[in-house]
Amino acid sequence: MSLLKPSSIHIPADKRFAQPLKSFWALLTTLLVTSVAPSVLAAGKTVIHEERSLYTSILVQQQRDLLCLNFTLKRADSSQSCMDVKNPQRMVFAYTRMAMSGLLFNPNPKHIMIVGLGGGTLPVALTEIFPEAEIQTVEIDPAVIGVAKRFFNFTETANNTIIQQDARVFAKRAALQKQQFDLIILDAFNGDYIPEHLMTQEFLTEVQSLLTPDGVLVANTFASSDLYAHESNTYKEVFGNFINLKGRDSGNRVVIVPQGALNPKQRRPISKDLLLAQADALTPILSPYAVPIKRLAKDILKTINAPTDWDESKRPLTDQYSPANLLRSQ
Amino acid sequence: MIPIIHLLAFCGGFIIMSFELLGGRILAPYFGSGVYVWGSIITIFMLSLAIGYLLGGRLSVKNPSPRKFAGIFAISAIFLYPMILYAQPVMEFIFLQIEDPRYGSLTAAAFLFMVPTIILGMISPYSVRLLVDNVEESGKVAGALYFTSTLGSAIGTLVTSFYFVLWFEVDTIITILTLILLSIGLIAWFFAPGQLGASKNSAANPSPGA
Repeated sequence: MSLLKPSSIHIPADKRFAQPLKSFWALLTTLLVTSVAPSVLAAGKTVIHEERSLYTSILVQQQRDLLCLNFTLKRADSSQSCMDVKNPQRMVFAYTRMAMSGLLFNPNPKHIMIVGLGGGTLPVALTEIFPEAEIQTVEIDPAVIGVAKRFFNFTETANNTIIQQDARVFAKRAALQKQQFDLIILDAFNGDYIPEHLMTQEFLTEVQSLLTPDGVLVANTFASSDLYAHESNTYKEVFGNFINLKGRDSGNRVVIVPQGALNPKQRRPISKDLLLAQADALTPILSPYAVPIKRLAKDILKTINAPTDWDESKRPLTDQYSPANLLRSQ
Repeated sequence: MIPIIHLLAFCGGFIIMSFELLGGRILAPYFGSGVYVWGSIITIFMLSLAIGYLLGGRLSVKNPSPRKFAGIFAISAIFLYPMILYAQPVMEFIFLQIEDPRYGSLTAAAFLFMVPTIILGMISPYSVRLLVDNVEESGKVAGALYFTSTLGSAIGTLVTSFYFVLWFEVDTIITILTLILLSIGLIAWFFAPGQLGASKNSAANPSPGA
């Protein structure tokens, strides 16, 4: 019957759809406007750039002098990387400053590998400090690479390169080619999604094989949830002892393993005097970056005989068992 | 008879998707977990299922019997379980031969997942054959079987990604899947045959896939 009178269906249908259609257009217009023109958010933040990549949502926003990179839209306050536009060298985040303390154990790295580019804070600083060093940053997301170059002053040079690849694949290939690094920084675990195959004992063993005998591993890792214990036990399994550096006023934890390639018994014991002397030597170099290296050295000394503060019965993560994203929410 | 075949089709669907999800875990150490790895896995599973549907349909034409049906489960178990042993060396070899992780993951997925998935794909058309009595009902029977097997797939996906990976190692999950296949194969072998009167006299030859 209704087929014979199409108009009798269409009229109510139009009415029914009028409202949602209107809000749909409103939404579409808003989306178009926000993506074309920078919009000012309530908290004084200006959205500079928004992009949805294959792996994450990228948001670049500016609040006063801080230009920040976010990998999520739902918690827009948790930035991955920030740059002070008036003083681009200043390291805004505690964990990047903490990561620089790896230099205390190898103050002149020639070959550096960084996993996870973000806003490029670490490779930019390290290439300024060590212009002769060869720095390879592994980043899987081409959109992140584009944003780092466009908004965060990242420039690729012959010595400072980005490899767009999965870090696991890179590590395996680098091991086959017998590449060696004096400093390896793992910083791929910031966003809402953790790459689970980059948290396992097997991956860390591959990374370990890339370290020179004096090479230092620095990893920005999780400081809370069940994952803290699982991850700590994974590092323990691979490296034996490690420096468990926690931020004084932030929820960050940075794992540092000096001479990580060696058996724990073969490693030089950490000498207080040497460490403080090293911190003194690094102070003028690191002060433009606002890295409180002396304070960090003292913090490191405090961790040396500190008892473990995690549940040591939690299973280490392996390629067989690595539900990192689920453990994080436990 | 009918509930048993449906149970088997359900388990078949469950195992296919549980296995597919584990595929991501298995390939990640060598090829990463980029979107192309999932692309490779899904491509190989779809292709294998397509072939499996075709072969399962062909196999169901000649003297279909629940014992042959049970055989499909047993053979898929036989090809699934050795994954535990050969996945590492196979991926190692492919990783060394193929530099591009896209084609590396595609080749590895083909070598590791194709044969068991083709055999698992044979379950659906074969179960349609066992249940169809006449042409009039064939669509209804096929629809009901797609329902149970796809429901099995949905639950297999959920249980594996929410719980199995949190409780067990990958190899343990593969062992569990193998044991499920063997147990339901035994069920088909021992409990279904006496009741298969219908399929012998049926001239109907329903097309399994559309």
